Amino acid sequence: MEQRAEVISIADARDARDRDTTARPRCAATTDAGAPCRNYATDGELCRVHAARAGHAGTPRADRDEPSAADPEAPSDGSSSEDEPMSEAADDAYERLADEARRRGWGPLVDGLGAFGGLSDADLTEGLGDLLAFLRRRLTGDYEIDEFGFDEDLTTSLLIPLVRPLHRYYWRVRSHGEEHLPLDRGGLVVANHAGTLPADAIITRLDIFEHTGRHARELGADLVFRTPFVGEWARKTGATLASGDDADRLLERGELVAVWPEGFKGLGKPWKDRYKLQRFGRGGFVATALRAQIPIVPTAIVGSEEIYPMVYDLRVVARALGLPYFPVVAQMFALPVLGPLALLPLPSKWVIEYGEPIDTTAYGPEAADDPMTVFDLTDRVRDTIQGMLHRNLMGRRSVFL
Amino acid sequence: MTDGRRVLITGISGQLAGQVARALEARDDVVELYGVDVREPHHDLRRTEFVRADVRNPLVARVLDVAQIDTVVHLAVASTPSAAGGRARMKELNVIGTMQLLAACQKVPSLRGFVLKSSAAVYGSEFTDPASFRESVTPRTPPTHGFGKDVAEIEGYVRAFGRRRKDVDVTMLRFANLLGGRLDSAFSSLFNLPVVPSVLGYDPRLQFCHEEDAVAVLERAATGSHPGIFNVAGDGVLYLSQAIRLAGRIATPVPLPFVAGVASLVRRSGRADVPSDQLRFLQFGRVVDTTRLERRFGYTPRYTTRETFQDFVRRKRIRGVVAHDEVIRWEREIYDLIQRKGQERFLASRGRQGGR
Repeated sequence: MEQRAEVISIADARDARDRDTTARPRCAATTDAGAPCRNYATDGELCRVHAARAGHAGTPRADRDEPSAADPEAPSDGSSSEDEPMSEAADDAYERLADEARRRGWGPLVDGLGAFGGLSDADLTEGLGDLLAFLRRRLTGDYEIDEFGFDEDLTTSLLIPLVRPLHRYYWRVRSHGEEHLPLDRGGLVVANHAGTLPADAIITRLDIFEHTGRHARELGADLVFRTPFVGEWARKTGATLASGDDADRLLERGELVAVWPEGFKGLGKPWKDRYKLQRFGRGGFVATALRAQIPIVPTAIVGSEEIYPMVYDLRVVARALGLPYFPVVAQMFALPVLGPLALLPLPSKWVIEYGEPIDTTAYGPEAADDPMTVFDLTDRVRDTIQGMLHRNLMGRRSVFL
Repeated sequence: MTDGRRVLITGISGQLAGQVARALEARDDVVELYGVDVREPHHDLRRTEFVRADVRNPLVARVLDVAQIDTVVHLAVASTPSAAGGRARMKELNVIGTMQLLAACQKVPSLRGFVLKSSAAVYGSEFTDPASFRESVTPRTPPTHGFGKDVAEIEGYVRAFGRRRKDVDVTMLRFANLLGGRLDSAFSSLFNLPVVPSVLGYDPRLQFCHEEDAVAVLERAATGSHPGIFNVAGDGVLYLSQAIRLAGRIATPVPLPFVAGVASLVRRSGRADVPSDQLRFLQFGRVVDTTRLERRFGYTPRYTTRETFQDFVRRKRIRGVVAHDEVIRWEREIYDLIQRKGQERFLASRGRQGGR
């Protein structure tokens, strides 16, 4: 745990906290590798494995002297060592490697691998049980959706766990300012949009969920809901049409709403315009926030621009297909070499910053009908986000690390 | 009007109209009840007078006048072409029929209330729709053909009638898809099929209204004074995919280009009626807001959308391919197996340790 002390990221600190203060107590013993045992405690303060050992042969260390005793290792360790010195050497090497990797900024990846090794039997049984219950609910239709079509069961049980590795290990999202997200009332998260495909919407939404446990309800463009599959899944994950009516309705219910007012102009902007905010729609989101009298949380996402650097926009193809743009992204030049693998987004390092909420109660709900106030407030939100973007861009070491 | 209501119901041979008539017969404040239709009703009615006439017949105007009718409940609105005998005839019955009826009503001095059984189909079904329709919202793309257009036109005429006769309380009830053990509708017939067709890549949000709720709402509208437009639907929303799973059926997603073809095949087979204007509905669905029904009309539906659907499945004896008890049993058995395996592994490791 010593190297944890120097970690300054809030996300990592939270991870560490989670690990330390989970609802169920962990086993108090140390494994043969010298790391704290990751099994759940069942018998007082020891897990099944260590309790059994303690009961049979005194201290856990005692039976390690016998060569034959090495076999019934804790299944949790993942390092079923047959030869003690060998295993210790390997563990040392692993630790050294992990330290080095952490220093180079690959900490999340190391933690991810560690988490795999640390899966215990009880965890596995529990996980499989949850999976079974989920399958049963899906097969029998035993789940609730809301009027917008948000299927919370599907989202939290299946989709969020699927996207989490992307968030944690692929783009290694680091976020700060999450204390600005409202926990128990309505709010409007306004963020920049980039990256050719709206991955930033999915990741930000997940990030908000990880910090607050709330589902940010996204507002999407018409095109999203016209497109087969995309529209269906957008609705099921809680998105709805970007119209004043739907937004008002969501905020009335006290939901946290997320908008990307740049829309396709932001998503499909060329590489040379990266991190330059486009026009913020027509300020509809500000009018909505004013009507509902809820705070606007300006949010800057750094890193999403680099997932698909768009070098050219095939306008003719886009027009023929009825799309807002048709991108040629940098990866496509690697197609002959890498094949379809080249179409993966680039693993840039992301930083999400939630800025200080902009209060709307000072203006009063009638201000929603005053175009001047709406424009001013729209510009203020836009400038705030642009400033946050610049600050975070200055602070990053490199695009990928 | 102290001696009670004199009610005329159009389209009396319909299932819903029969139930409404029976509900009204049971009330003391309804003194006389007339039913108009071309076909004789098969319901068990006691004191309803049956008038065999088309709504377009001048005879209806005479009945209205002679019987001193004060409330007209207009239920003769066909929702599918096959029920009316062709699309042209359906349009004739729905729109022209309503026009003629309203023309007759205008000349009746005793008339105090007009209740129209409208439909939420008036909102159409598009991807630009708001998540939930309030009564005041006009859809960005109104329905351009089929039942939805009929309903929109009928509502237009009824609204105009309300403007001409300000002393008449006009109640328009926009019902979500009606389901029940005795009703048959285009939507419910989908579940007659062994596999339920859906549109690939789309999952419509659905809302249902239980027939008992529909009858209660119509009864309340006919015997009270509730002018205005009201959405009527059970609480909550179901996805089509979810409804299919609740019924234990299997969905067969059909790619969009083939949907019209499959629909006409199904229609020709005679097992289910999928009117072409329903296809948009199967893509995007529709949800309506029922706040006004609860607040202003004063009725809270007894059945939620899910309960309505489950009741429908039970009453229609829709036998699922996927039996729910089986699924629950499988879950339990597999979970037991996993736990047993975990236990065995643990015991084995302990045994080896202990044997040492």
